[in-house]
Amino acid sequence: MNRCPEIITEYMHEYLDGEILPEHKNILTVHLKSCADCRQHFQELEKSIALVKSISHVQAPADFTQKVLMNLPKEKKKVSVKRWFSRHPVLTAASIFSIFMAASLLSHWSGDDFSVTKNPDLVIENNTAIVPEGETVTGDIVVKNGDIRIDGKVDGSVTVINGEIVNGESYMASAGQVKGDIVEINEAFEWLWYQMKHIFESTMNMLTGKE
Amino acid sequence: MDEFVKSRIKQVRKGDQNAFGEIVELYKDKVFQLCFRMLGNSHEAEDISQEAFIRAYINIERYNIDRKFSTWLYRIATNLCIDRIRKKKPDYYLDAEVAGTEGLTLYSQIPASQLAPDEEVSKIELQEIIQNEILKLPEKYRAVIVLKYIEELPLLEISKILDLPIGTVKTRIHRGREALRKQLRHI
Repeated sequence: MNRCPEIITEYMHEYLDGEILPEHKNILTVHLKSCADCRQHFQELEKSIALVKSISHVQAPADFTQKVLMNLPKEKKKVSVKRWFSRHPVLTAASIFSIFMAASLLSHWSGDDFSVTKNPDLVIENNTAIVPEGETVTGDIVVKNGDIRIDGKVDGSVTVINGEIVNGESYMASAGQVKGDIVEINEAFEWLWYQMKHIFESTMNMLTGKE
Repeated sequence: MDEFVKSRIKQVRKGDQNAFGEIVELYKDKVFQLCFRMLGNSHEAEDISQEAFIRAYINIERYNIDRKFSTWLYRIATNLCIDRIRKKKPDYYLDAEVAGTEGLTLYSQIPASQLAPDEEVSKIELQEIIQNEILKLPEKYRAVIVLKYIEELPLLEISKILDLPIGTVKTRIHRGREALRKQLRHI
């Protein structure tokens, strides 16, 4: 081995790097045929590479990614919200729609003024609409921010928003005097629901050609 | 694949951690393996590879998106491993031997059905011996040998990872191979 030129070892490494020139390769091949020491040296190099390559590939532990993410500096809130929206386009559209919807409907709700469906037979007295005794009011009545007293009869539905049906007698008694439904709405939520139903009904009527 | 990584990195730069999770998934085994073979201990390997990903996330603005992401990531991981090796040098041999054994029993991927029990044991033993011989290499040779023969990276990429001229990388690989030859020739 000591006798052999240093360059032979160089060529071995060039060969192992896959970058040997053809003329170097020839010199190496010829030398290895005649020199047992260098042949052994070369085989040992190849063997050690094969051994290193043979060790099994290892894998990261199962919870690796989760752990990394847990230890990252906090993400900006904005981003996670944005990501959520971009991943759920339909829900985003729906939620934006419902926000506007709720806002516009609630703006109706927020008015504090007393109002009542115009009807010549109704008597108004201090924020109370009165269906006089012996009279029959034809058509639906909506009272907002006030009460209604039904002494007579109503040929239609009665809706009271933010108020109540005052009656000397019990609620059930007045029910007999109203042909249609009696609805009392005192919460913003109910108001919303009522509006939605109303819009839905009128849309349906429009679509089916009634009104 | 490069396009996939690029698009994820753009999202990460906007602060999207889920996109970073996809990157971690893609490279976790390679980075863990690099650290494991450099350090010989699965706990340390996990610590350091976790740290490598966290640093990559924090410094993502400094990454040049026109270059290969894996090169940059391996560079962070390799540097962290080398720092760790230098810090623990005094007790390094003792530590590596115990740790190497544990790591191999935990993570070696030998399908049990293919080998008879005796052969399997000897194969695990052989793996331990090889791992320990790699750990005996000085860190500058160890890094090139692991990158070349375990991560199977081309010389040019190794030179970029280590920020060394390709000639230096070759010299280190040659010396690493000679050292391994002396250690492994009697096996």
